Amino acid sequence: MSGIPHDHYEPKSGIEKWLHKRLNVVGLIYDTLMIPTPKNLNWWWIWGIVLAFCLALQIVTGIVLAMHYTPHVDMAFASIEHIMRDVRGGHMLRYLHMNGGSLFFFAVYIHIFRGLYYGSYKEPREITWIVGMLIYVLMMATAFMGYVLPWGQMSFWGATVITGLFGAIPLVGEPTQTWLLGGPAVDNATLNRFFSLHYLLPFVIAALVIVHIWAFHTTGNNNPAGVEVRRGSKAEAEKDTLPFWPYFVIKDLFALALILVVFFAITGFMPNYLGHPDNYIEANPLVTPEHIVPEWYFLPFYAILRAFTADVWVVMLASWVTGGIVTAKLFGVLAMFGSIIVMVLVPWFDTSAVRSGKYRPMFKGWFWVLAIDFVVLMWLGALAPDALGDPRTSIATVQNIALLGCGYWFAYFLIILPLLGVMERPTATPETIEDDFKAQVAKSDTAPAE
Amino acid sequence: MIKKLTLSAVAALAIGTSGALASGGGEQHIEDVSFSFELPFGAYDQAQLQRGLQIYTEICSGCHGLQYVPLRTLGDEGGPGLSAEQVRAYAEQNFEIWDPELEDGEGDFRPAKPTDNFPANTGVGAPDLSMMAKARAGFHGPYGTGISQFFNGMGGAEYIASIQTGYTGEEKEEADTVLYENTAFPGGWISMAPPLYGDDVEYADGHSTDLHHEAEDVAAFLMWAAEPKMMARKQTGFVGVLLLTLLTVLLYMTNKQLWAPVKKRAKGKSAE
Repeated sequence: MSGIPHDHYEPKSGIEKWLHKRLNVVGLIYDTLMIPTPKNLNWWWIWGIVLAFCLALQIVTGIVLAMHYTPHVDMAFASIEHIMRDVRGGHMLRYLHMNGGSLFFFAVYIHIFRGLYYGSYKEPREITWIVGMLIYVLMMATAFMGYVLPWGQMSFWGATVITGLFGAIPLVGEPTQTWLLGGPAVDNATLNRFFSLHYLLPFVIAALVIVHIWAFHTTGNNNPAGVEVRRGSKAEAEKDTLPFWPYFVIKDLFALALILVVFFAITGFMPNYLGHPDNYIEANPLVTPEHIVPEWYFLPFYAILRAFTADVWVVMLASWVTGGIVTAKLFGVLAMFGSIIVMVLVPWFDTSAVRSGKYRPMFKGWFWVLAIDFVVLMWLGALAPDALGDPRTSIATVQNIALLGCGYWFAYFLIILPLLGVMERPTATPETIEDDFKAQVAKSDTAPAE
Repeated sequence: MIKKLTLSAVAALAIGTSGALASGGGEQHIEDVSFSFELPFGAYDQAQLQRGLQIYTEICSGCHGLQYVPLRTLGDEGGPGLSAEQVRAYAEQNFEIWDPELEDGEGDFRPAKPTDNFPANTGVGAPDLSMMAKARAGFHGPYGTGISQFFNGMGGAEYIASIQTGYTGEEKEEADTVLYENTAFPGGWISMAPPLYGDDVEYADGHSTDLHHEAEDVAAFLMWAAEPKMMARKQTGFVGVLLLTLLTVLLYMTNKQLWAPVKKRAKGKSAE
């Protein structure tokens, strides 16, 4: 599979030879587990295994929850309470599933930003990046539909707001929205299809995860130095790499266990901290919650969505140019989806010949501003109109910061990355992964292991 | 006394600053009660839950239902802990349930059994209280960050207690509805008349029945009603944290030992 030379599976015993001749399953597992992995991977590379664990956790808890859940508008809310009160261990299953979603997104955001810093999206790993982004988008769809299932107030109104976004698309918008909902408004048909898709999509994600892993096993892992493994001979490759098993499996499992300590503490001691109280009120189409907010992991995009009102000059310009087709709502929707699309296309915006951000002095600063920008947008997305005092000035302040944050997001991908490749003078990269690893080990004599 | 003074000072400060910042509407004031069930090792106080149940039964249940709470759970461990006999008597004496199978399918009321839930009560449009303690947040911010909730908890029980004690005595009439001023209610005016005044019930255990104690008792009971498995959950969480910590330590040592020769070799070579 990999272009890196390494040992392949050799069947030894009679039964192994018998099986190998007919189905190369052991060989596939062997090659996957023994894949040569750059020695110098640091702790930012452990989130992949956390994500794999999250997917498994969500599927296992989800399947059991589905055995007790009723997807009907009159019974969904009560069936959740049935799970919480009557099903043995049901409260724990449900809280694990709820908070598992949060861990999933926490891990995926670190994983994505790791990729952005170390240039993991760059040639030849564009497919890995794009498949990863597809997984991320599917995760968002799955999480959004899952949040509707308890049929609380925030479920209902969140679904109403988000599906309403499609209504902003000219001409086909409203028919599309009706088609998605299965009717003119969020109702039983919506709940049923969301349940069906919420069950289906995780398996699509699982398939894409296999493609994601297949892709980077074809190219070899990226690494903090951003230089490729030497492939001249097996001996040469072995200077740069170690087999995934046991070296990285054990390292990743250690990190996973540590993260799960925190995860279990949150799930056991404060399971509703990341949720919204309104979702413990049954959905009521006649009462709109005072403040509709999505789950925390959608907040940066929600901040972008609501930053564009009719009095923002770019919106006015777009509206004037298109003869009124682009409304403020449509502009917000385009900006929100656009913010993900520019991230998907980052392999072609980044013009720098150097892969790892470690050796790019100017890039580093811009990157960290982007990371902070993301957190600030997340904070803005959560704010109620009067969060900063007087609603009149508070709304304007929040909107202005959000517009600035959104502007930077697009500028980073569309302007800064292309320009940096031309303007920046990178520092010297290590010749080989072996050199980088040696430097790392020498450094860790004084500091804790990286 | 000092506590009261501080509270009123804080309240005055809150009202003062909100007056400066907000143009209208009173600032919500939620009193931070230290309930027995807070923090990772906190547990429900059985006697308090029983007192709260009494207040719910004698006062709140007149208007509010508790439709998601099965009556049998009053006997659960970690809850009010009534005996099977007490649960049966409680159900029978306090609630009537509509049973559609009685009278040859005509349906009729019968006394409640432990297998029934508390009845719903939609008579005057009062909200159901089953999940009230989780459906309200007492604490917010600062500035939308959620830091306050991290340290103080979500504050659902505090919110309920503060509603009971938050009436100022002011009333106003709006669209044929009497509204009562309440410092804990968002917007400052609530349509529920003050349900508790102090000395509304007589506790069998002789516990104080002043307004604050009654409010805390019923809030604790409603927290249990909303989260009956809290104790089991915390225990699972604790065992999980303990075992995973042990696993983490073992994996840390395994990992260190596994990589030691690799690192030693790398160091040896770099020293050449």
